[in-house]
Amino acid sequence: MFGLRYLRNAVTLTLNEATCNGCGMCVSVCPHGVFRMENRKAKVVDRDACMECGACARNCPSEAVTVKAGTGCAMAIIIGAIRGTEPSCGCSCDSD
Amino acid sequence: MDATSPKSGKCCCSIAAPTTADGIASLQPVADQAVWSAPWVQGKVATPAGDVPRVSTSLTWADRLGGWKVRWAIGRMRYLIPPGLYAVGDPTDESPVLVTANYKLTFDSLRSQLADRDVWLIVLDTKGINVWCAAAKGTFGTDEVVRRIQATRVAELVSHRVLVLPQLSAVGVCAREVLNRTDFRPVFGPVYATDLCEFLDGGIKTPEMRLVHFSLRDRLAVVPVEMVHAAGKLLTVAVCFFLLAGLGSDGYSPERLMSVGLPSAVVFLATSLGALVLGPVMLPYLPGRPFALKGLWLGLLFSAVLACGTGLDAIGIGGRLDLAAWCLIIPAVASFLLMNFTGCTTFTSVSGVRREMRKALPAQLLATFVGVATWLVGRFV
Repeated sequence: MFGLRYLRNAVTLTLNEATCNGCGMCVSVCPHGVFRMENRKAKVVDRDACMECGACARNCPSEAVTVKAGTGCAMAIIIGAIRGTEPSCGCSCDSD
Repeated sequence: MDATSPKSGKCCCSIAAPTTADGIASLQPVADQAVWSAPWVQGKVATPAGDVPRVSTSLTWADRLGGWKVRWAIGRMRYLIPPGLYAVGDPTDESPVLVTANYKLTFDSLRSQLADRDVWLIVLDTKGINVWCAAAKGTFGTDEVVRRIQATRVAELVSHRVLVLPQLSAVGVCAREVLNRTDFRPVFGPVYATDLCEFLDGGIKTPEMRLVHFSLRDRLAVVPVEMVHAAGKLLTVAVCFFLLAGLGSDGYSPERLMSVGLPSAVVFLATSLGALVLGPVMLPYLPGRPFALKGLWLGLLFSAVLACGTGLDAIGIGGRLDLAAWCLIIPAVASFLLMNFTGCTTFTSVSGVRREMRKALPAQLLATFVGVATWLVGRFV
Protein backbone atom coordinates (compact mmCIF):
# COMPACT_ATOMS: atom_id res chain seq x y z
CA MET A 1 0.00 0.00 0.00
CA PHE A 2 1.21 3.43 -0.84
CA GLY A 3 0.15 6.77 0.55
CA LEU A 4 -0.48 8.11 3.99
CA ARG A 5 -2.88 5.56 5.44
CA TYR A 6 -2.23 3.82 8.72
CA LEU A 7 -3.05 0.29 9.88
CA ARG A 8 -6.36 -1.40 9.15
CA ASN A 9 -8.82 -2.29 11.92
CA ALA A 10 -6.60 -0.95 14.67
CA VAL A 11 -8.57 1.82 16.35
CA THR A 12 -10.89 1.81 19.36
CA LEU A 13 -13.50 4.18 17.89
CA THR A 14 -17.14 3.25 18.42
CA LEU A 15 -20.33 5.07 17.50
CA ASN A 16 -23.69 4.18 18.97
CA GLU A 17 -26.10 5.39 16.31
CA ALA A 18 -29.05 4.77 18.60
CA THR A 19 -27.97 7.44 21.09
CA CYS A 20 -26.63 9.89 18.46
CA ASN A 21 -28.69 13.08 18.51
CA GLY A 22 -27.52 14.19 15.10
CA CYS A 23 -25.79 17.41 16.19
CA GLY A 24 -22.96 16.90 13.73
CA MET A 25 -20.24 17.94 16.16
CA CYS A 26 -18.14 14.84 15.43
CA VAL A 27 -18.26 15.60 11.71
CA SER A 28 -17.13 19.14 12.41
CA VAL A 29 -14.18 18.36 14.67
CA CYS A 30 -12.76 15.23 13.01
CA PRO A 31 -9.55 16.11 11.14
CA HIS A 32 -9.70 12.98 9.00
CA GLY A 33 -13.25 12.84 7.68
CA VAL A 34 -14.11 9.72 9.64
CA PHE A 35 -17.77 10.72 10.10
CA ARG A 36 -20.58 11.80 7.78
CA MET A 37 -24.16 12.79 8.48
CA GLU A 38 -26.75 10.48 7.00
CA ASN A 39 -30.47 10.71 7.77
CA ARG A 40 -29.77 13.08 10.66
CA LYS A 41 -27.43 10.62 12.29
CA ALA A 42 -23.66 10.48 12.35
CA LYS A 43 -22.15 7.54 10.56
CA VAL A 44 -18.58 6.24 10.55
CA VAL A 45 -17.54 6.20 6.90
CA ASP A 46 -13.75 5.85 7.18
CA ARG A 47 -12.86 4.14 10.45
CA ASP A 48 -9.27 3.34 9.48
CA ALA A 49 -8.55 7.04 9.02
CA CYS A 50 -9.20 7.61 12.74
CA MET A 51 -6.09 8.64 14.68
CA GLU A 52 -7.77 8.44 18.09
CA CYS A 53 -7.28 12.11 18.89
CA GLY A 54 -10.49 12.07 20.89
CA ALA A 55 -11.98 15.37 19.66
CA CYS A 56 -15.26 13.68 18.64
CA ALA A 57 -15.80 11.89 21.95
CA ARG A 58 -14.95 14.98 23.99
CA ASN A 59 -17.50 17.05 22.13
CA CYS A 60 -20.28 14.49 21.69
CA PRO A 61 -23.21 15.71 23.83
CA SER A 62 -24.94 12.32 23.95
CA GLU A 63 -21.83 10.23 24.57
CA ALA A 64 -22.60 8.25 21.47
CA VAL A 65 -18.97 8.33 20.36
CA THR A 66 -16.29 6.61 22.38
CA VAL A 67 -12.60 6.27 21.68
CA LYS A 68 -9.59 5.50 23.79
CA ALA A 69 -7.76 8.68 22.92
CA GLY A 70 -4.01 8.92 22.94
CA THR A 71 -0.91 10.01 21.15
CA GLY A 72 0.16 7.73 18.34
CA CYS A 73 3.83 8.11 19.11
CA ALA A 74 6.18 5.15 19.56
CA MET A 75 8.55 7.03 21.86
CA ALA A 76 5.68 8.15 24.07
CA ILE A 77 4.60 4.52 24.39
CA ILE A 78 8.16 3.42 25.21
CA ILE A 79 8.59 6.16 27.82
CA GLY A 80 5.19 5.28 29.27
CA ALA A 81 6.15 1.60 29.43
CA ILE A 82 9.43 2.39 31.20
CA ARG A 83 7.73 4.64 33.72
CA GLY A 84 4.76 2.34 34.04
CA THR A 85 2.35 5.08 33.05
CA GLU A 86 0.15 5.89 30.09
CA PRO A 87 2.01 6.97 26.93
CA SER A 88 3.73 10.20 27.78
CA CYS A 89 5.29 12.43 25.22
CA GLY A 90 8.51 14.12 26.04
CA CYS A 91 9.55 15.45 22.69
CA SER A 92 9.33 18.95 21.43
CA CYS A 93 7.01 19.49 18.64
CA ASP A 94 6.67 21.80 16.02
CA SER A 95 4.44 24.10 14.26
CA ASP A 96 0.79 24.57 14.26
CA MET B 1 -2.28 27.14 13.87
CA ASP B 2 -1.21 27.04 10.36
CA ALA B 3 1.00 24.21 9.42
CA THR B 4 -0.74 22.41 12.03
CA SER B 5 2.02 20.26 12.37
CA PRO B 6 0.27 17.92 13.98
CA LYS B 7 1.34 15.60 16.18
CA SER B 8 4.26 17.19 15.93
CA GLY B 9 1.37 18.18 16.86
CA LYS B 10 0.11 15.36 18.61
CA CYS B 11 3.10 14.33 20.34
CA CYS B 12 4.53 17.04 22.10
CA CYS B 13 6.37 18.55 24.48
CA SER B 14 6.97 18.40 28.10
CA ILE B 15 9.08 21.46 28.21
CA ALA B 16 9.10 23.12 31.54
CA ALA B 17 8.12 26.52 30.38
CA PRO B 18 8.38 29.42 32.75
CA THR B 19 4.85 30.13 33.83
CA THR B 20 3.81 33.63 33.22
CA ALA B 21 2.55 35.14 36.37
CA ASP B 22 -1.01 35.79 35.49
CA GLY B 23 -3.68 33.70 37.01
CA ILE B 24 -7.25 34.60 37.43
CA ALA B 25 -6.32 37.15 40.08
CA SER B 26 -4.97 39.61 37.53
CA LEU B 27 -8.00 40.79 35.65
CA GLN B 28 -6.50 42.66 32.77
CA PRO B 29 -5.97 41.98 29.07
CA VAL B 30 -2.32 40.99 29.34
CA ALA B 31 -0.74 40.67 32.77
CA ASP B 32 2.86 40.41 31.62
CA GLN B 33 4.06 43.98 31.21
CA ALA B 34 7.02 42.83 29.10
CA VAL B 35 4.53 42.49 26.26
CA TRP B 36 4.70 46.24 25.56
CA SER B 37 8.28 45.96 24.41
CA ALA B 38 7.64 42.97 22.13
CA PRO B 39 8.61 43.77 18.53
CA TRP B 40 5.29 42.49 17.22
CA VAL B 41 3.23 44.87 19.37
CA GLN B 42 2.21 48.05 17.56
CA GLY B 43 0.53 50.41 19.94
CA LYS B 44 -2.58 49.71 21.93
CA VAL B 45 -6.34 49.83 21.93
CA ALA B 46 -7.89 51.52 24.96
CA THR B 47 -10.84 49.57 26.36
CA PRO B 48 -12.94 49.58 29.53
CA ALA B 49 -10.98 46.50 30.59
CA GLY B 50 -7.65 48.29 30.18
CA ASP B 51 -5.15 48.84 27.39
CA VAL B 52 -5.01 45.98 24.91
CA PRO B 53 -1.79 45.48 22.93
CA ARG B 54 -2.28 45.67 19.18
CA VAL B 55 -0.31 43.04 17.26
CA SER B 56 1.29 43.52 13.89
CA THR B 57 0.02 41.29 11.08
CA SER B 58 3.20 41.34 9.07
CA LEU B 59 6.10 39.07 9.89
CA THR B 60 9.53 40.64 10.03
CA TRP B 61 12.83 38.96 9.32
CA ALA B 62 13.33 38.78 13.05
CA ASP B 63 10.06 36.81 13.31
CA ARG B 64 11.11 34.44 10.53
CA LEU B 65 14.53 33.95 12.11
CA GLY B 66 12.83 33.41 15.46
CA GLY B 67 10.54 30.82 13.90
CA TRP B 68 13.53 29.05 12.40
CA LYS B 69 15.29 29.04 15.75
CA VAL B 70 12.22 27.66 17.47
CA ARG B 71 12.22 24.71 15.05
CA TRP B 72 15.88 24.03 15.77
CA ALA B 73 15.20 24.34 19.50
CA ILE B 74 17.48 27.33 19.98
CA GLY B 75 16.27 29.47 22.85
CA ARG B 76 12.79 28.19 22.31
CA MET B 77 11.36 29.53 25.51
CA ARG B 78 12.33 33.08 24.79
CA TYR B 79 9.57 33.02 22.21
CA LEU B 80 6.64 32.39 24.48
CA ILE B 81 3.82 34.78 23.74
CA PRO B 82 2.47 36.25 27.00
CA PRO B 83 -1.07 34.89 27.47
CA GLY B 84 -3.90 37.40 27.38
CA LEU B 85 -6.08 39.49 25.13
CA TYR B 86 -4.73 41.19 22.03
CA ALA B 87 -6.21 43.36 19.32
CA VAL B 88 -5.72 43.09 15.58
CA GLY B 89 -6.61 46.32 13.78
CA ASP B 90 -9.32 48.33 15.53
CA PRO B 91 -11.78 45.80 16.88
CA THR B 92 -15.23 46.85 18.09
CA ASP B 93 -17.81 45.17 20.29
CA GLU B 94 -19.00 43.22 17.25
CA SER B 95 -15.60 41.95 16.16
CA PRO B 96 -14.91 38.21 16.28
CA VAL B 97 -12.98 36.75 19.19
CA LEU B 98 -10.32 34.23 18.16
CA VAL B 99 -8.51 31.91 20.55
CA THR B 100 -5.01 30.54 20.00
CA ALA B 101 -1.96 29.00 21.64
CA ASN B 102 1.09 30.91 22.87
CA TYR B 103 3.56 29.02 20.71
CA LYS B 104 5.57 31.46 18.63
CA LEU B 105 4.96 29.73 15.29
CA THR B 106 1.25 29.32 15.95
CA PHE B 107 0.84 32.94 16.92
CA ASP B 108 2.85 34.16 13.93
CA SER B 109 1.02 32.07 11.38
CA LEU B 110 -2.29 33.27 12.79
CA ARG B 111 -1.56 37.00 12.92
CA SER B 112 0.05 36.95 9.48
CA GLN B 113 -3.34 35.86 8.09
CA LEU B 114 -5.22 38.72 9.69
CA ALA B 115 -3.98 41.74 7.71
CA ASP B 116 -6.63 44.48 7.38
CA ARG B 117 -8.95 42.74 9.83
CA ASP B 118 -10.36 43.86 13.13
CA VAL B 119 -10.49 41.02 15.62
CA TRP B 120 -9.87 40.23 19.26
CA LEU B 121 -7.32 37.56 19.94
CA ILE B 122 -7.16 35.53 23.14
CA VAL B 123 -3.80 33.84 23.62
CA LEU B 124 -3.98 30.95 26.04
CA ASP B 125 -1.17 29.79 28.28
CA THR B 126 -0.28 26.56 26.49
CA LYS B 127 3.30 26.60 27.83
CA GLY B 128 4.69 27.54 24.44
CA ILE B 129 3.20 24.51 22.74
CA ASN B 130 1.18 24.39 19.55
CA VAL B 131 -2.57 23.95 19.43
CA TRP B 132 -2.82 20.25 18.73
CA CYS B 133 -0.12 19.08 21.14
CA ALA B 134 -1.39 21.40 23.83
CA ALA B 135 -4.95 20.17 23.33
CA ALA B 136 -3.77 16.58 23.62
CA LYS B 137 -1.90 17.45 26.79
CA GLY B 138 -4.85 19.37 28.17
CA THR B 139 -3.15 22.77 28.41
CA PHE B 140 -5.27 24.00 25.50
CA GLY B 141 -8.31 22.71 27.31
CA THR B 142 -11.69 23.65 28.66
CA ASP B 143 -10.32 24.96 31.96
CA GLU B 144 -7.73 27.22 30.37
CA VAL B 145 -10.28 28.66 27.93
CA VAL B 146 -12.69 29.41 30.77
CA ARG B 147 -9.93 30.87 32.95
CA ARG B 148 -8.64 33.11 30.17
CA ILE B 149 -12.11 34.37 29.22
CA GLN B 150 -12.53 35.53 32.80
CA ALA B 151 -8.99 36.87 33.26
CA THR B 152 -9.04 38.98 30.10
CA ARG B 153 -12.51 40.43 30.79
CA VAL B 154 -13.37 39.93 27.14
CA ALA B 155 -17.08 39.81 28.02
CA GLU B 156 -16.93 43.54 28.73
CA LEU B 157 -15.55 44.27 25.27
CA VAL B 158 -17.89 42.42 22.96
CA SER B 159 -21.66 42.36 22.66
CA HIS B 160 -21.78 38.86 21.14
CA ARG B 161 -20.86 35.61 22.88
CA VAL B 162 -19.05 33.61 20.21
CA LEU B 163 -15.48 32.32 20.38
CA VAL B 164 -13.68 31.00 17.33
CA LEU B 165 -11.26 28.22 18.25
CA PRO B 166 -8.93 26.30 15.97
CA GLN B 167 -10.55 22.99 15.12
CA LEU B 168 -7.68 20.91 16.46
CA SER B 169 -8.25 22.34 19.94
CA ALA B 170 -11.42 20.21 20.06
CA VAL B 171 -9.13 17.45 21.30
CA GLY B 172 -8.87 19.33 24.59
CA VAL B 173 -11.82 21.73 24.63
CA CYS B 174 -15.38 20.61 25.27
CA ALA B 175 -17.46 23.31 23.61
CA ARG B 176 -20.65 22.75 25.56
CA GLU B 177 -18.81 22.87 28.86
CA VAL B 178 -17.23 26.23 27.98
CA LEU B 179 -20.74 27.47 27.08
CA ASN B 180 -22.15 26.27 30.38
CA ARG B 181 -19.40 27.90 32.40
CA THR B 182 -18.98 31.22 30.57
CA ASP B 183 -21.93 31.93 28.29
CA PHE B 184 -19.48 32.08 25.42
CA ARG B 185 -20.27 29.65 22.64
CA PRO B 186 -17.12 28.11 21.14
CA VAL B 187 -17.16 27.52 17.41
CA PHE B 188 -14.47 25.29 15.98
CA GLY B 189 -13.05 27.04 12.93
CA PRO B 190 -10.78 25.62 10.27
CA VAL B 191 -7.70 23.52 10.99
CA TYR B 192 -5.38 25.88 9.15
CA ALA B 193 -4.98 29.61 9.74
CA THR B 194 -4.81 30.08 5.98
CA ASP B 195 -8.52 29.18 5.76
CA LEU B 196 -9.51 31.47 8.60
CA CYS B 197 -10.43 34.58 6.61
CA GLU B 198 -12.65 32.61 4.26
CA PHE B 199 -14.30 31.03 7.30
CA LEU B 200 -14.81 34.38 9.05
CA ASP B 201 -16.27 35.94 5.91
CA GLY B 202 -18.55 33.07 4.98
CA GLY B 203 -19.30 31.70 8.42
CA ILE B 204 -19.23 28.22 6.94
CA LYS B 205 -16.63 25.56 7.42
CA THR B 206 -16.27 23.61 4.21
CA PRO B 207 -15.45 19.89 4.47
CA GLU B 208 -12.02 20.69 3.09
CA MET B 209 -11.31 23.11 5.96
CA ARG B 210 -11.77 20.27 8.46
CA LEU B 211 -9.07 18.03 7.11
CA VAL B 212 -5.52 17.96 8.32
CA HIS B 213 -2.78 17.32 5.80
CA PHE B 214 0.74 16.00 5.97
CA SER B 215 2.39 17.43 2.90
CA LEU B 216 6.05 17.13 2.01
CA ARG B 217 6.50 20.58 3.45
CA ASP B 218 4.86 19.57 6.74
CA ARG B 219 7.01 16.46 6.89
CA LEU B 220 10.20 18.42 6.25
CA ALA B 221 9.24 20.94 8.91
CA VAL B 222 9.45 18.30 11.62
CA VAL B 223 12.81 16.93 10.45
CA PRO B 224 14.94 19.45 12.36
CA VAL B 225 12.88 18.91 15.49
CA GLU B 226 13.45 15.18 15.25
CA MET B 227 17.15 15.62 14.51
CA VAL B 228 17.75 17.88 17.49
CA HIS B 229 15.83 15.48 19.63
CA ALA B 230 17.76 12.38 18.57
CA ALA B 231 21.20 13.96 18.13
CA GLY B 232 22.54 13.29 21.62
CA LYS B 233 21.63 9.60 21.69
CA LEU B 234 22.82 8.95 18.14
CA LEU B 235 26.15 10.68 18.71
CA THR B 236 26.66 8.65 21.88
CA VAL B 237 26.18 5.40 19.97
CA ALA B 238 28.54 6.61 17.22
CA VAL B 239 31.21 7.40 19.80
CA CYS B 240 30.78 3.90 21.29
CA PHE B 241 31.36 2.32 17.87
CA PHE B 242 34.40 4.55 17.41
CA LEU B 243 35.96 3.64 20.76
CA LEU B 244 35.14 -0.08 20.65
CA ALA B 245 36.81 -0.34 17.25
CA GLY B 246 40.17 -0.06 18.98
CA LEU B 247 39.67 -3.55 20.45
CA GLY B 248 41.42 -6.50 18.84
CA SER B 249 43.15 -9.81 19.55
CA ASP B 250 46.40 -7.87 19.93
CA GLY B 251 44.95 -5.52 22.54
CA TYR B 252 43.75 -1.98 22.07
CA SER B 253 45.07 -0.23 18.99
CA PRO B 254 44.64 3.53 18.48
CA GLU B 255 45.32 3.12 14.74
CA ARG B 256 42.18 1.03 14.42
CA LEU B 257 40.16 3.95 15.77
CA MET B 258 40.83 5.71 12.47
CA SER B 259 40.81 2.68 10.16
CA VAL B 260 37.75 0.95 11.62
CA GLY B 261 36.24 3.23 14.25
CA LEU B 262 35.75 6.27 12.09
CA PRO B 263 34.11 4.41 9.18
CA SER B 264 31.86 2.57 11.65
CA ALA B 265 30.76 5.79 13.30
CA VAL B 266 30.18 7.36 9.88
CA VAL B 267 28.10 4.41 8.68
CA PHE B 268 25.96 4.58 11.79
CA LEU B 269 25.45 8.34 11.60
CA ALA B 270 24.79 8.24 7.85
CA THR B 271 22.14 5.57 8.43
CA SER B 272 20.51 7.66 11.13
CA LEU B 273 20.62 10.87 9.13
CA GLY B 274 19.34 9.05 6.06
CA ALA B 275 16.42 7.59 7.98
CA LEU B 276 15.60 10.88 9.70
CA VAL B 277 15.56 12.83 6.43
CA LEU B 278 14.63 10.34 3.70
CA GLY B 279 12.08 8.56 5.88
CA PRO B 280 9.77 11.57 6.18
CA VAL B 281 10.37 12.59 2.57
CA MET B 282 9.62 9.16 1.13
CA LEU B 283 6.94 8.24 3.66
CA PRO B 284 4.04 7.93 1.19
CA TYR B 285 6.15 5.94 -1.29
CA LEU B 286 7.66 3.35 1.05
CA PRO B 287 5.62 0.13 0.79
CA GLY B 288 3.51 -1.07 3.70
CA ARG B 289 1.46 0.67 6.35
CA PRO B 290 3.49 0.05 9.52
CA PHE B 291 6.21 2.66 9.88
CA ALA B 292 8.65 0.03 11.11
CA LEU B 293 8.18 -1.75 7.78
CA LYS B 294 8.67 1.46 5.81
CA GLY B 295 11.89 2.02 7.75
CA LEU B 296 12.99 -1.55 7.10
CA TRP B 297 12.83 -0.97 3.32
CA LEU B 298 14.90 2.15 3.75
CA GLY B 299 17.46 0.26 5.88
CA LEU B 300 17.70 -2.57 3.36
CA LEU B 301 18.32 0.03 0.67
CA PHE B 302 21.11 1.60 2.74
CA SER B 303 22.58 -1.86 3.40
CA ALA B 304 22.57 -2.63 -0.32
CA VAL B 305 24.34 0.65 -1.03
CA LEU B 306 26.95 -0.17 1.62
CA ALA B 307 27.45 -3.71 0.30
CA CYS B 308 27.93 -2.44 -3.26
CA GLY B 309 30.34 0.21 -2.05
CA THR B 310 32.37 -2.19 0.06
CA GLY B 311 32.84 -4.86 -2.55
CA LEU B 312 32.41 -8.36 -1.14
CA ASP B 313 35.49 -9.91 -2.71
CA ALA B 314 37.98 -7.27 -1.73
CA ILE B 315 37.83 -7.87 1.98
CA GLY B 316 38.82 -10.64 4.34
CA ILE B 317 36.73 -12.53 6.87
CA GLY B 318 36.79 -9.60 9.30
CA GLY B 319 35.38 -7.34 6.60
CA ARG B 320 32.67 -9.83 5.76
CA LEU B 321 31.67 -10.09 9.40
CA ASP B 322 31.54 -6.30 9.51
CA LEU B 323 29.34 -6.19 6.45
CA ALA B 324 27.05 -8.87 7.85
CA ALA B 325 26.86 -6.93 11.10
CA TRP B 326 25.92 -3.70 9.36
CA CYS B 327 23.31 -5.49 7.24
CA LEU B 328 21.58 -6.31 10.53
CA ILE B 329 22.22 -3.05 12.38
CA ILE B 330 21.32 -0.64 9.58
CA PRO B 331 17.83 -2.02 8.85
CA ALA B 332 17.11 -2.26 12.58
CA VAL B 333 18.15 1.33 13.21
CA ALA B 334 16.29 2.70 10.19
CA SER B 335 13.19 0.72 11.12
CA PHE B 336 13.30 1.98 14.71
CA LEU B 337 13.85 5.60 13.71
CA LEU B 338 10.97 5.58 11.25
CA MET B 339 8.75 3.85 13.81
CA ASN B 340 9.54 6.75 16.08
CA PHE B 341 8.42 9.14 13.38
CA THR B 342 4.84 8.03 14.12
CA GLY B 343 4.92 10.68 16.83
CA CYS B 344 5.43 13.43 14.29
CA THR B 345 2.69 12.49 11.89
CA THR B 346 -0.89 13.62 11.68
CA PHE B 347 -2.57 10.30 11.14
CA THR B 348 -1.21 7.52 13.37
CA SER B 349 -3.37 6.16 16.18
CA VAL B 350 -2.04 5.01 19.51
CA SER B 351 -3.72 1.60 19.09
CA GLY B 352 -2.05 1.20 15.71
CA VAL B 353 1.37 2.22 16.99
CA ARG B 354 1.06 -0.22 19.87
CA ARG B 355 0.13 -2.98 17.48
CA GLU B 356 3.10 -2.44 15.18
CA MET B 357 5.50 -2.02 18.09
CA ARG B 358 4.53 -5.39 19.53
CA LYS B 359 5.87 -7.04 16.40
CA ALA B 360 8.61 -4.65 15.35
CA LEU B 361 10.40 -3.82 18.58
CA PRO B 362 11.51 -7.39 19.43
CA ALA B 363 12.75 -7.85 15.85
CA GLN B 364 14.63 -4.56 15.94
CA LEU B 365 16.23 -5.40 19.27
CA LEU B 366 17.21 -8.89 18.16
CA ALA B 367 18.75 -7.67 14.90
CA THR B 368 20.65 -4.95 16.75
CA PHE B 369 21.91 -7.39 19.38
CA VAL B 370 23.08 -9.99 16.86
CA GLY B 371 24.48 -7.26 14.62
CA VAL B 372 26.51 -5.62 17.36
CA ALA B 373 27.72 -9.01 18.60
CA THR B 374 28.83 -9.93 15.08
CA TRP B 375 30.58 -6.57 14.72
CA LEU B 376 32.42 -7.18 18.01
CA VAL B 377 33.45 -10.68 16.92
CA GLY B 378 34.79 -9.07 13.75
CA ARG B 379 37.19 -7.06 15.89
CA PHE B 380 38.92 -10.26 17.06
CA VAL B 381 39.25 -12.32 13.88
